[in-house]
Amino acid sequence: MVDMKEPLMPKIGVVTDIRIDTPDVKTFRVVTPDGKKAFEHMPGQCAMLSVPGVGEAMFSITSSPTNEEYMEFSIKKCGCVTEWLHSMEVGQEITIRGPYGRPFPVDTEFAGKNLLFIAGGIGLAPLRSVINYCRHYRDRYGEIDVVYGSRSMQDLVDYKEIIDEWTKDSGVHVHLTIDREQPEWDGHVGFVPNYVKELGFDTNKIAVLCGPPIMIKFTLAGLQELGFEKTQVYTTLELRMKCGIGKCGRCNVGAKYVCKDGPVFRFDELDTLPDEY
Amino acid sequence: MRKLSLDRLDTLFAAIAAEHTLYLPVDGKAGARFEKWEDGKVLSDALNTVRSPKDFFFPQTDNLMDFKTEGKKIEIIDTREECEDFVIFGVRACDVRAFEVLDRVFLAEPADSYYENRRKHGILVSLACNKPLETCFCGTFGIDAAAPEGDIVCHKTADALYLDAETEKGEALLKALEAVTEEADAAPVEEQKAVIRERLAKLPLADLSADAFGAGKTDALFDAPEWAELAESCLGCGTCTFVCPTCQCYDIKDFNTGHGVKRFRCWDSCMYSDFTKMSAGQPRLTQKERFRQRFMHKLVYYPTNNDGLFSCVGCGRCVAKCPIHMNIVKVMKKLGGRANG
Repeated sequence: MVDMKEPLMPKIGVVTDIRIDTPDVKTFRVVTPDGKKAFEHMPGQCAMLSVPGVGEAMFSITSSPTNEEYMEFSIKKCGCVTEWLHSMEVGQEITIRGPYGRPFPVDTEFAGKNLLFIAGGIGLAPLRSVINYCRHYRDRYGEIDVVYGSRSMQDLVDYKEIIDEWTKDSGVHVHLTIDREQPEWDGHVGFVPNYVKELGFDTNKIAVLCGPPIMIKFTLAGLQELGFEKTQVYTTLELRMKCGIGKCGRCNVGAKYVCKDGPVFRFDELDTLPDEY
Repeated sequence: MRKLSLDRLDTLFAAIAAEHTLYLPVDGKAGARFEKWEDGKVLSDALNTVRSPKDFFFPQTDNLMDFKTEGKKIEIIDTREECEDFVIFGVRACDVRAFEVLDRVFLAEPADSYYENRRKHGILVSLACNKPLETCFCGTFGIDAAAPEGDIVCHKTADALYLDAETEKGEALLKALEAVTEEADAAPVEEQKAVIRERLAKLPLADLSADAFGAGKTDALFDAPEWAELAESCLGCGTCTFVCPTCQCYDIKDFNTGHGVKRFRCWDSCMYSDFTKMSAGQPRLTQKERFRQRFMHKLVYYPTNNDGLFSCVGCGRCVAKCPIHMNIVKVMKKLGGRANG
């Protein structure tokens, strides 16, 4: 045996809870076999989960680092690995390695600021970590706004936590929207970018976007119309990854590797990269 | 400096092989390739092996680990083994430089232990290129084929092989070979170097310039209209990446043997469409984007991250092997004028 650390060597994780969030999103709770967190992370960082024989894939860590008991991953069923994960039962072991990537600058650039989180669909998964981190350290941040939209009411991830916890926090304002009218929905109807413009936020805050590329594009344009600078707006990128440590070459965009230099980027930083993300 | 007569090469190889596994280029039906030396195997005269020696440290397939699964349980089996010292003889200047390019990827923190383990135990014996090929352009990247780097550097004259140790590893090996070599004067080597440099200066690609490329040239080159024309005939076969001594992109795949799962790393290519394909989309839609990625990475992105070091060493393998005769030389010539202007 080689007595060297190996970054590609994973740990065993046990799935201790599976929550059905939406028709195609489940949230998995993962701990090590002795009941601990596999590793510490910061909001916005990712982990490689794998099912031996099926494959390995990168997922954002949905839970906040302030959760000391376990990690959570909200995962949409859309490929081989995710399909398998969705078919798991509680008690199943998987493998886990990480954490990977540059987190949101929660303790530096975000500190003391008003924050605006804007998510679409499964895009809430990486933002839930940072939102809950900021809720945990509530006095370190100013007002927090969350704009979150999905196709339908049933497609809103973490709906229960949003209603039961986020909306009850002082200084946290949640604005939900769905794409089309539904009989049981009395909230806002419409796409996220338009809703952001309608809400008309002032620019004394930092904005964080995550969602489908088309939503990101129009929301960023909307924010710029409201007067936001690109230096005030962050996002987190998704590219195909295999190693997580800037060696396999897959997530290379310009001179950056999304797995280690990202996935969190500020929009003025993205302007310096070729448009290949 | 030590030397031995060329007709006694076998004695040298036998002496090395007595202590370490020895690999050297041997001629075969499909060209020269590195093979394990045993009595009767003859050092090839070919300038380049068909495949580069990167296989020694970064093999085409590499078993990373095994898994045993039973019910809901998983066991991870670390299959890594400390490897023994081995000697690669006859590595060319370009291929030696390629290891520096790979080192900066695989040994950067967090280091890749599979690569590091082999690299630590590999001893490189390089050989100056007496007859550089028309496809050679290592000089473009500041490599001197007359004076390669390596643990031991060798020069072949008409009648003798000269060996000079450049590193501690090399000194230890050369010391162990004292019985089969003799003390030598450096003058014949200097003469040989001069002959080689004269030949290098006359190569058809001797004037190829990399000045238009390098760190920070992304904006000048990325949107160049020439990419469309250059990439038009690319088949996306990936041959260039597989023969390339510096291409290091890889995939990780699991294979179920029926008795357990083996996790492999295997070479991959940015020239393939599924390299970046996700369920959420495809950031490089056509072969133009994939083609551009390969050359931008070698000529711009890599140097940006590595103190200006290019990730092409001018070995010419891709020039010789591309089925449609497209290659990095054509790309550099076509785009070279642009960023200079």
